[in-house]
Amino acid sequence: MAEQKKNLFFYRNSQLIVPLVAIGLLLVFNLIRDPSFFSVSIGTNNDGNPVLQGNLVSILNGASELAILAMGMTLVTAASGGQDISVGCLAAIAGSVFVKVLRAGEITGWSVALGILLCCLVAMVFGCFNGTLVSVFKIQPMIATLILFTCGRSIAYWINGGATPTVSSPIITAIGSFIPGIPVPTPILIVILVGILFTVAFRLTTLRLYIQTVGINQGAAKLNGINPLRIKLLAFIILGACCSVSGVIGVSRLSLINHETLLLNVEMDAILAVAIGGNNLGGGKFNMIGSILGAYAIQALTITLYAMKVPSTDVKAYKAIVIILLVVLGSPVVKDAFRRLRIRLSGGRLTAGKGAL
Amino acid sequence: MTAVSSTAAPARRREPISNANLLTCISVGIFLLMYITAIITLGGGFNKPQQIFDILNNNAHLIIIACALTIVMINGSIDISVAGVVALVSMVTVMFLKGKLWPAEGMSDGVRVALAACIALGIGLLFGLVQGALIAYLDIQPFIVTLAGMFFARGMITIVSVDPLQLTVKEEPGILEIIQKRIEMYFLGSPNKKGVIIPARMEIGVIVALLVVIIIAVMLRKSKLGRHFYAVGGNRQSALMLGINVRKTRFSAHLISSLLAGLAGFVFMMHNVSGNATNATAGEMDAIASSIIGGTLLSGGVGNVIGTFFGVMILATIKLIVVASGLREPWWQTITTGAMLCFFILLQSVILSRRGKGRPALPAWMKFRKE
Repeated sequence: MAEQKKNLFFYRNSQLIVPLVAIGLLLVFNLIRDPSFFSVSIGTNNDGNPVLQGNLVSILNGASELAILAMGMTLVTAASGGQDISVGCLAAIAGSVFVKVLRAGEITGWSVALGILLCCLVAMVFGCFNGTLVSVFKIQPMIATLILFTCGRSIAYWINGGATPTVSSPIITAIGSFIPGIPVPTPILIVILVGILFTVAFRLTTLRLYIQTVGINQGAAKLNGINPLRIKLLAFIILGACCSVSGVIGVSRLSLINHETLLLNVEMDAILAVAIGGNNLGGGKFNMIGSILGAYAIQALTITLYAMKVPSTDVKAYKAIVIILLVVLGSPVVKDAFRRLRIRLSGGRLTAGKGAL
Repeated sequence: MTAVSSTAAPARRREPISNANLLTCISVGIFLLMYITAIITLGGGFNKPQQIFDILNNNAHLIIIACALTIVMINGSIDISVAGVVALVSMVTVMFLKGKLWPAEGMSDGVRVALAACIALGIGLLFGLVQGALIAYLDIQPFIVTLAGMFFARGMITIVSVDPLQLTVKEEPGILEIIQKRIEMYFLGSPNKKGVIIPARMEIGVIVALLVVIIIAVMLRKSKLGRHFYAVGGNRQSALMLGINVRKTRFSAHLISSLLAGLAGFVFMMHNVSGNATNATAGEMDAIASSIIGGTLLSGGVGNVIGTFFGVMILATIKLIVVASGLREPWWQTITTGAMLCFFILLQSVILSRRGKGRPALPAWMKFRKE
């Protein structure tokens, strides 16, 4: 009984192995290369507040936007069996709206709140647009979101009238870097907040079950009284909200909006995070913790490469090699081979194998 | 004999047009409609045949990678590394032609250009072998593999050379003369302000691109491999049951796609004569969009390259029309492209679902009567 329970535990969490191994390998590599990589110190920033510094902190901090996007992307992937490639553009649009609202008047706590609310709303409307194309018109998600991928950044440019305006205010700095008195970077706190929100939503509602049901078999879900259209639409709207949060963080970090470079290529990283987290890109069951770990693994890789003085333009090539190694390790064929090897070593207790295809 | 043929003929006529052909016809029709509207309302450059050749000259590489994408998409897969390969190939070939890869003093210019073409195809082959093997034989999701391929290609460009390179008339006159050769067609020329006939000029790359379109169209229709692409893309399990080697077919699709990307890189280099990390940015998305507009479905099993060719032409024409109609702000071009893309995608969806089940899958409140 205990063994069965243990097996079930391993079965449920086996997809976390790849991201955990990735993070573990990176950390061990850094430990061997340069132990000072792990040093975390408390320094003071320009305003004289105590702040945490160090590579580990910058991994956690830098991956914030990606982690939030990966959470939303996991839901979309699970529900629709496809990926949203417009998340970076949606974040840029949301950021533009945020800046536009802030620049309309004096920046106070209320105007920031209004800005966040409005940009969240706009991003959700765009998410709804994507979701409608996917659910109602039955277009593959990648194609449907290709529309916003093509023109999203131009819409962001258009919202601000062809300028890259700046916003400077202590409130914005607090969102982007540190709240006075709290040494932990605010983006990390925002990620934790979003994570808690998702956890509560999964605990209290049937969201998780319904999304998985729709992803596994849409027809069966319909027969069971779940409206697949509504669930898919909901997933895209949630992703829109995630995009707006990422956009606000991205804008606050730099105190300006640059529609061309804000969260550039983040859509690819977000899909990658979902895939590294062991989620099937064809939809169905999902593990959100895997996606979040995937996001941190990607950021850890980037920071490691930076620490090794690799130029930022070359990082992509090394990233590609690591990605390939990871997915090869996680591929069904290699996993099968490992399993067979283990069975042979343990004395030939052969279980039913998966099909070749 | 006559009785047989007379009974067979109407039966064939009644056979409904296939979805792929219908979508292709729509895209061809819309291209013609758009171009004729542009001639009537905007005039100017659109009246001259040279405009068509300009579109072709500027988009020859895009035609080739869109064809590559069409093959892969028919096969039910995706390849987003193509534009990265194009950029990498253009960089490496420019480096080679400038003699920076290794000194090539003894060779004549013609041999060097031929060698550059071989290098281009070689890079494509390497990408194709690795990606195809990973996707077909290790069962890894194509999106992830080709995404890594894109990252690798884009990263390699700056590793190979940080600075942008350019072939110049001063340093490489012979090579430039070969790769920038234009085919001049006087019968399609138009008089300039002084009344001298300026011939329509077409680059060699365009001929390469058109040849690729024709060869692939024939291959998809006539050859065994081409039929296998459709079968595997339509339903992998049934293809396996029919005795098709699914893995080999998927491998071939990715191999062909990357080879074509290498060729496209060479064509791109012939047109732009420069190597730069930002070459062909977002080209993969343009290629995917062109394929879709031409009637290829990402789900696989449906598509044809003639439609893809017109998809590229439609995208290019939209951009030209936006600029010509006076919307000069930088954002209008892409916003209009996005809107057009939206229109095409919706049109396809509505047509396909109308043909499939009678009515598009509208939500309950949009339906006129209850089912």
